[in-house]
Amino acid sequence: MEAAAGGGCGSGPPLLLSEGEQQCYSELFARCAGAAGGGPGSGPPEAARAVPGAVTAAAGPVADLFRASQLPAETLHQITELCGAKRVGYFGPTQFYIALKLIAAAQSGLPVRIESLKCELPLPRFMMSKTDADIRFGNPAELHGAKVQIPYLITEKNTFKRMDDEDKQQETQSPTMSPLASPPSSPPHYQRVPLSHGYSKLRSSTEQMHPAPYEARQPLVQPEGPSSGAPGAKPPRHQASLIRSFSVEREPHDNNSNYPDEPWRITEEQREYYVNQFRSLQPDPSSFISGSVAKNFFTKSKLSIPELSYIWELSDADCDGALTLPEFCAAFHLIVARKNGYPLPEGLPPTLQPEYLQAAFPKPKRECTLFDSYSESMPANQQPRDLNRMEKLSIKDMADFPVPAQDVTSDDKQALKSTADEALPKDMSEDPATSKDSNSLKARPRSRSYSSTSIEEAMKRGEDPPTPPPRPQKTHSRASSLDLNKVFQPSVPATKSGLLPPPPALPPRPCPSQSEQASEAEIHPQLNRAPSQAADSSPTKKDIPYSQPPSKPIRRKLRPENPAPESQEPSSTVGGAASAVTGKPHTAVQKQSSKQKKAIQTAIRKNKEANAVLARLNSELQQQLKEVHQERIALENQLEQLRPVTVL
Amino acid sequence: MAVCVAVIAKENYPLYIRSIPTENELKFHYMVHTSLDVVDEKISAMGKALVDQRELYLGLLYPTEDYKVYGYVTNSKVKFVMVVDSSNTALRDNEIRSMFRKLHNSYTDVMCNPFYNPGDHIQSSRAFDSMVTSMMIQVC
Repeated sequence: MEAAAGGGCGSGPPLLLSEGEQQCYSELFARCAGAAGGGPGSGPPEAARAVPGAVTAAAGPVADLFRASQLPAETLHQITELCGAKRVGYFGPTQFYIALKLIAAAQSGLPVRIESLKCELPLPRFMMSKTDADIRFGNPAELHGAKVQIPYLITEKNTFKRMDDEDKQQETQSPTMSPLASPPSSPPHYQRVPLSHGYSKLRSSTEQMHPAPYEARQPLVQPEGPSSGAPGAKPPRHQASLIRSFSVEREPHDNNSNYPDEPWRITEEQREYYVNQFRSLQPDPSSFISGSVAKNFFTKSKLSIPELSYIWELSDADCDGALTLPEFCAAFHLIVARKNGYPLPEGLPPTLQPEYLQAAFPKPKRECTLFDSYSESMPANQQPRDLNRMEKLSIKDMADFPVPAQDVTSDDKQALKSTADEALPKDMSEDPATSKDSNSLKARPRSRSYSSTSIEEAMKRGEDPPTPPPRPQKTHSRASSLDLNKVFQPSVPATKSGLLPPPPALPPRPCPSQSEQASEAEIHPQLNRAPSQAADSSPTKKDIPYSQPPSKPIRRKLRPENPAPESQEPSSTVGGAASAVTGKPHTAVQKQSSKQKKAIQTAIRKNKEANAVLARLNSELQQQLKEVHQERIALENQLEQLRPVTVL
Repeated sequence: MAVCVAVIAKENYPLYIRSIPTENELKFHYMVHTSLDVVDEKISAMGKALVDQRELYLGLLYPTEDYKVYGYVTNSKVKFVMVVDSSNTALRDNEIRSMFRKLHNSYTDVMCNPFYNPGDHIQSSRAFDSMVTSMMIQVC
């Protein structure tokens, strides 16, 4: 390290700092330098030791500070180079100040250049993470013992306003807040991320948002509902008014609990309010609020949809699209906190977990007893809610949710049953049941399997609507008639002259077929025998059974093997028409006698026709298979012929 | 393992697409787009059998010299397409299947959120993003 520490100080570009900036920067520098001495593992202390004369900030805390400025890494490298620290190898005061100014410039959108230093710039903004604050800047004891005091630099003008609040709060707060009485000239120590930053900025720096839980105060909104009060009200105003109202509840011993995340703890009063709201949406506190109902309700809080979406994601622990009471409370609390300016946490804080909430607040159980009288109304209420939920879930991805939907309905059924019986003991048992259910619901969707082996699949199958009616059999008489064309060998008509041989080319005759249904009766025996012939055949033209055409109107199906019969069909239509006329005198007699048998025989006929279709298909495929075999044999022969030639 | 993951809606527009080497993203977009044809072909080929038997995992759609493209389709015709590096020869079919299963689970979780309108881009779900990142980040 160059010994010319003094020279190093003066080698930087001239730096003009305003009063505020001076103060700010010197604070930061002192902190970095101080932490360098205090922190055991901080930065390369040799940098500090190497230049014993000058006060330097160790690289470790400085790096953390720079990272907290949320600038991209390349910018920070640039800044470090520009400010001269790389050149001289350490962060002297000048370098540090230059760096801070450059950070401010970068945050304001100006390019990182020396020229930027000459501009008037706001103070740089830093978001600290808890661990950084712990190790570098704060006393851990203070963090936990006192209402957390994390130093932040806020550049907004309302910093001073906050200092006023701070003073007010000191009056109302317990004596443990005395550390807050640190010099008011120091920048305010509360992480009040200004809402003007915009939610997107918060989202982008989520990894550094841990400070929120460690906020000194717990500005919880008064129970007038999230929609009351200006949504974008300045946090300090809220703070002041709320702190006064909640000062009674700020019990010191809360600080010493296991969970240091104060803002995420729900107080009794809040809890009651949330439960009331839950009841207004869903009378049974042990049941669910459906997604759509909750969506409408939370939209009234006027938070943006992405935020609400994120809150939902955090609070719906089992991801079932519905909120139980603890989930609802968690969601409500997050909304409330967000409206007060707290950035949303990365994950659900422990105090907002459903299990914790249920364990911590046995009140709902007591309240359940009050709902004995609701038991009659509940089934009625629940069913519409079920339907609602089912409807809402039946978006086009309904098929993706067989499990959650089924779970929900089964739980509701349990609830229904239990309330129908003795209400009190069942209600008491419902809460653990619901908590177990919520846990198991959490587990169950994870075991969603898209093969057909799980219990849920079985449940789903059990509850599915009855299987659709069996497919109508292939009763297309047109198809059947064509099948019979194939079915019959050319020789069949010769041997079974008594039968009515298949019509190779029967005309498509919908009209005659409808009018001549009765004549089917006498055709049936013949038809029954006809399908028994299962073989490929080329249809014969001569064997057009004139009594058959009415029952078997043909629509031409393209059959590559039998182009011929199709051409014959037009010729047979004429013949068919003639036969239809002769069939009519029979029909009058037939109808009266065989109506009852007709239905059975129709069914039999249809079955036979279906058989015929399949048999025909089978034969066609076998023929194709034979052909392919032959081709293969031919190719193999060729190959063998060629092979001896090459082998030689 | 994957270098690119895409979720494609029923109407064949992307709901979510992300690739690891952020440069040259267009190439992956193009690959995913061309794979849609193969997906459709597979769906229609399977459709002739009973729908119940249709499996959701489509398998390898097509390989290129650098990459292999795998497909998966849900019952609601939402398609997941994954492009993996061919040099990752250790990737077995089962692993790809499990990755798709995870993707499907996360996707249904996103669907469960009432604030998500089906058909929107999946941009607000951190759980989904983190799951995809975990699948992709193992490469580098």
